[in-house]
Amino acid sequence: MIPLSYYVAVSTLMFVIGLVGVLVRRNFLIILYSIELMLNAANINLVAFSHSLQSHEGQILSLFVITIAAAEAAIGLAIIVVLFRRRATTNVDELNLLKW
Amino acid sequence: MAQTFFFFYFSGVTILSSILTIGLKHPIHSTVALLSALLHVAGIFILLQAEFIAAIQIIIYAGAILVLYLFVLMLLNQKETETIVNRQYHLALFFGAVLLCEILLALFQSPFLNKGNISPPTGQVAQSYNNTESIGVALFTDYLLQFEVVGVLLLGGIVGALVLAKQTPTR
Repeated sequence: MIPLSYYVAVSTLMFVIGLVGVLVRRNFLIILYSIELMLNAANINLVAFSHSLQSHEGQILSLFVITIAAAEAAIGLAIIVVLFRRRATTNVDELNLLKW
Repeated sequence: MAQTFFFFYFSGVTILSSILTIGLKHPIHSTVALLSALLHVAGIFILLQAEFIAAIQIIIYAGAILVLYLFVLMLLNQKETETIVNRQYHLALFFGAVLLCEILLALFQSPFLNKGNISPPTGQVAQSYNNTESIGVALFTDYLLQFEVVGVLLLGGIVGALVLAKQTPTR
């Protein structure tokens, strides 16, 4: 029987990797991948606590998280397509129109 | 014993694939690493006896969302860049390490986790909490409003993506 804290530790590691990915990378697509990693870390946390507390609320909540991740992917990819059509780049360092 | 082995296999490969996802230079390689991470997260879900969530993870995440990403990635045909990370990456790595230490410290000093496994409650809740039928019943009775709101959100996502990606003829 694996203790609950192991699952939470794995989820923490995955969340921090995703956060560092958002901060470090320059490609818009990889930033979206990092957001997916963070959402998955939250899902592991929810399902682990749901298993430990013997209740299905965590699993239902993680179902909603997956749905919202799908909507976020659709909107993010539409923004990427529009940006690439106008600027021919996916590098977020060159997209500084709203800066200052 | 086998459970421990599979837990360390799935979590180890998940962490390794996550690092590869943000570390690899080519976006297609990153996508394949993300696919591996998502599949092994589904394995962790099966270890946690959440079979329905594991199936949804494989079908929706690895099946639908990742194929959508890959489709756009192939469509864009972006050029290779020299450097993949931005200037402040030292600072970002430092603060990521600080955040990791902070969360782990808070985690292993919390009284909630340190008393070992939380004892499951007895009664009829403990018997049927994790099968797909009980999840479906709860989704359509207790969580019906949230379910409908998520449906409206998905509709908004579809309309938003269509409006954004529509080719404007006037220039």
